[in-house]
Amino acid sequence: MLEHYGLIGALALIALIFPFVGVGVAWLLRPKRPDPIKNSVYECGVETIGDTWVQFRAQYYLFALIFVVFDVEIMFLFPIAVAFQRLDMMQVFYVILFVVLLADGLLYAWRKKALEWQ
Amino acid sequence: MDLSQLDLRLIGVWFNNMLAGAGLAPGIISLINWVVGALLLLIFALTLAIALIWIERKLAARLQDRLGPNRVGPYGLLQMVADVLKLLTKEDITPLEADRVTYNLAPALAVFQVMMAMAVIPFANGVIGADVNIGVLYLMAIGSVGAMAALMAGWSSNNKYALVGGFRVVAQLLSYEIPLVMAMLIPVLVAGTMRMNGLAEAQGGWFGLGWYVWTLPTAFLIFFIAALAEGERAPFDLLEAESEIVAGFNIEYSGMKFAWFYLAFFLNSWVLAAVGATIFLGGWQGPFVAQIPALGVIYFIAKTLLLFFIQAWVRATFPRLRIDQMMSFCWKVLVPMALLLFIAVAVTLKLGLPQPVQGVALLGLNLVILLATLALVSRAQKRSVGAGKRAFAPELPRL
Repeated sequence: MLEHYGLIGALALIALIFPFVGVGVAWLLRPKRPDPIKNSVYECGVETIGDTWVQFRAQYYLFALIFVVFDVEIMFLFPIAVAFQRLDMMQVFYVILFVVLLADGLLYAWRKKALEWQ
Repeated sequence: MDLSQLDLRLIGVWFNNMLAGAGLAPGIISLINWVVGALLLLIFALTLAIALIWIERKLAARLQDRLGPNRVGPYGLLQMVADVLKLLTKEDITPLEADRVTYNLAPALAVFQVMMAMAVIPFANGVIGADVNIGVLYLMAIGSVGAMAALMAGWSSNNKYALVGGFRVVAQLLSYEIPLVMAMLIPVLVAGTMRMNGLAEAQGGWFGLGWYVWTLPTAFLIFFIAALAEGERAPFDLLEAESEIVAGFNIEYSGMKFAWFYLAFFLNSWVLAAVGATIFLGGWQGPFVAQIPALGVIYFIAKTLLLFFIQAWVRATFPRLRIDQMMSFCWKVLVPMALLLFIAVAVTLKLGLPQPVQGVALLGLNLVILLATLALVSRAQKRSVGAGKRAFAPELPRL
């Protein structure tokens, strides 16, 4: 089983180095004539006002929170799905209870208007 | 000639025998195997990207009654070669106050993600980079890197448009990952394995009726819609909406660094199509594939290109969604649908029905869930339009 991960490791190394090789080749070929106007931020020709890294809306944070809950849930459901044919009726009931509890969480977020985009 | 000899796996056996004949130690042989396999995947991916860009540009052009690239080479086939040369020699402009490390790392990570996903895609029976036993979970883990690359690009560019694009990446790619993975979970539940090759194997027999798209059409639909969003394709291309935020997260990138994002976009679409073809359309399964294993490659590529074609078709046809519509659709329609489908399929599998009856029962359940969702959504839409609210904001059904 472990020998499969050898290829994944080799691929990871190659795939991480290769983009930099491409950028390196481009660095050899391309012109390099920077000037302050050219390197300024592209915002439709208007000079940028204020700081770019501003505080972002809490809405994104709410969705990220709900996402984390569901992502962890799916992590648990994958092993269950693989072993599903070996589960008996009681265990299947527990799995369904688990999914229903999560659906209840989604329903709660929905009722609390966390899913509305303001 | 014995047709069963037409098997790509035999090339690997021949290659290993040759290395062993040269008197190399087994450890060195596996090392050479890994590196050669990885390089083959890389070369395949790069060639594929050039082909895909040509296909998509031609398709989009014909769908919009244009000619598309037709000057460089026959049918514009060499257009991409010209484009690559041009991108290589373009000046690379880095904005002055960019966060340099993150800025340079982001395109590399975008390429890294699609290349890594190629490793678990079965091209024919046993012709797969690494048939790991956690295939689907591996795809999910690698897929998250793509969202990070786009967020890093948006954040580090020191540009407000790029920043908004980066935030939208978080909102869109993370949200749609849930229905995508839930839809991939359902075939895993039926097949009882996460190996990609095992999933394709499980869909054999019954003259093609064993494909999960026939028994689980709703799961396939959820997968396809979520794959459109994960592939950053219209109608879900809000993170690079030209008319709103110029080009989204990659606005400040030029030259080769932009080329990597472009390549990653097309390969990502192809990988999602390939995963869909493997999990739902039977992968390399097809007529006579047991006798002539090499045919599997043709079936697999044909199915993948079919899905890619539909993606390109949708992209060329549909207008863009608004962000609140997109998020509502994911969390209020797709996710509840996927959860319900999971429970329904789990219960059906435990009833102990014989194979054909179970397939029909699954198909019936899928259609019931799909039709019920459609009815609820259209009712909610009618009510919200009548109340003068935004066009798409479904309410909870009264409990």
